[in-house]
Amino acid sequence: MNWSGLENLLSGVNKYSTAFGRIWLSMVFVFRVLVFVVAAQRVWSDDSKDFVCNTRQPGCTNICYDHIFPISHIRLWALQLIFVTCPSLMVMAHVKYREGKDAKYVALHHGSHLYANPGKKRGGLWWTYLLSLVFKAGFDASFLYILYRIYHGYELPRLSKCSLEPCPNTVDCFISRPTEKKIFMLFMVTSSAMCIFMCLCEMIYLIGKRISKLVKVRHENERILFAEQHELTNMAPPRSQYRKNDPTLTDSQLSLNKRERVNGGTITTTL
Amino acid sequence: MSWPTLYAQLAGANRHSTSLGKVWLSVLFIFRVMVLVVAAESVWGDEQSDFTCNTLQPGCENVCYDQFFPVSHIRLWCLQLVFVSTPALLVAMYVAYRNHGDKKRLLNKGQEEELDTLRKRRLPISGALWWTYACSLLFRLLFEGGFMYALYVIYDGFQMPRLVKCDQWPCPNLVDCFISRPTEKTIFTVFMATSSSICMVLNMAELAYLIAKAVTRSRNSHSKSRKERMQNKTNQKLLVSP
Repeated sequence: MNWSGLENLLSGVNKYSTAFGRIWLSMVFVFRVLVFVVAAQRVWSDDSKDFVCNTRQPGCTNICYDHIFPISHIRLWALQLIFVTCPSLMVMAHVKYREGKDAKYVALHHGSHLYANPGKKRGGLWWTYLLSLVFKAGFDASFLYILYRIYHGYELPRLSKCSLEPCPNTVDCFISRPTEKKIFMLFMVTSSAMCIFMCLCEMIYLIGKRISKLVKVRHENERILFAEQHELTNMAPPRSQYRKNDPTLTDSQLSLNKRERVNGGTITTTL
Repeated sequence: MSWPTLYAQLAGANRHSTSLGKVWLSVLFIFRVMVLVVAAESVWGDEQSDFTCNTLQPGCENVCYDQFFPVSHIRLWCLQLVFVSTPALLVAMYVAYRNHGDKKRLLNKGQEEELDTLRKRRLPISGALWWTYACSLLFRLLFEGGFMYALYVIYDGFQMPRLVKCDQWPCPNLVDCFISRPTEKTIFTVFMATSSSICMVLNMAELAYLIAKAVTRSRNSHSKSRKERMQNKTNQKLLVSP
């Protein structure tokens, strides 16, 4: 299984991810793929050879092994890793599509660009990225659930009893290396759970950032609108027109009661 | 995805480490990863198939093997190497974050030609990078020590016995079980434990060096004026040294 090919494909995704996304990708490749390749695969390598049942009946061991292990953990994890890393390719495809569109636009409109930066998460790309996060978390969670259902909780007992045809009666069957397998199962389950948690954090971060930007823009627009309306309204005429002037006051003393402000040619007076 | 890729990731972070850190990385990859891949795998390859018990009772061998080898040495060492390499990625992430911030600042100022030198420069280990680096060293020490201790506790020392006695069900009575290649396994266990201790010593020396450097730097800066310090800091940020 050539994981390095997948890794090459995905290293390009790093450019378009958030910081959380990059950490997620490193976690997946170091703690899950690397541990899977160098350690976990060896533990399960002699799975079927060293599965022993206390019987000499031919075929009984095979049938019991098949019943206890419908799908080996290793194969499930390989599928899980492939499914979980693929949604990132959606994002890359969208960016490539945008770049293609931009190139066509440049050719037609002689130099001006459609997208200032095709990799910036705006508009459709934001939704694609969010969707890829949802898929990643969804695939991880469903594989964890499938593993839970097939193996009745994350258990790997030393001894299983089996009484299927052609076994003559209830036969004791012994799994090879159950403790080591359990340790690696817990390790892979924990790292999957952490990856799901990181995906959720990233989703919250993306949505939160978008909401705060929208709120800021709306607040800004409201402020501009209010300022414009404020300037255009005609203020009430100065109170001195309705109030009788004290004839003993000089001109300078009169003007002390007013505060005059010149604003773009129009004189507005506030008291 | 395997050891060469991990090496590529770590070599990138290596640029920003001290010389002791570079020595540590070489020791790690030559004496531990390579030995693990080339030699230890073949020694431990037939560990279960050649684990023989003096009984014909089916299942007895499986159960006795599981009792005496809850986790194989090879797997413990693989996990140890993966965990020990991970803190260096912390430093790499911090450097990437710093470069990203500086790149934005440079772009705002309009100095695009300095972007290339930014990527190739070597950050001085001070301030937040010092703390990140020191934390990564601490974590490395913790992981190394933890895994060595786990190996010692699980296997009661670093020696592999030739014979173990087992009376787990379904073994009918106390059964003699023989481990395959015990002497060779002992030699490799001792070798890996020794190289692990050397790496721990290197990490401790590096930590001591970093602390000493920080102390001398703070002592020097107390004698300098505050204005000089601020000027130095600005110069460090503006000057880009390859």
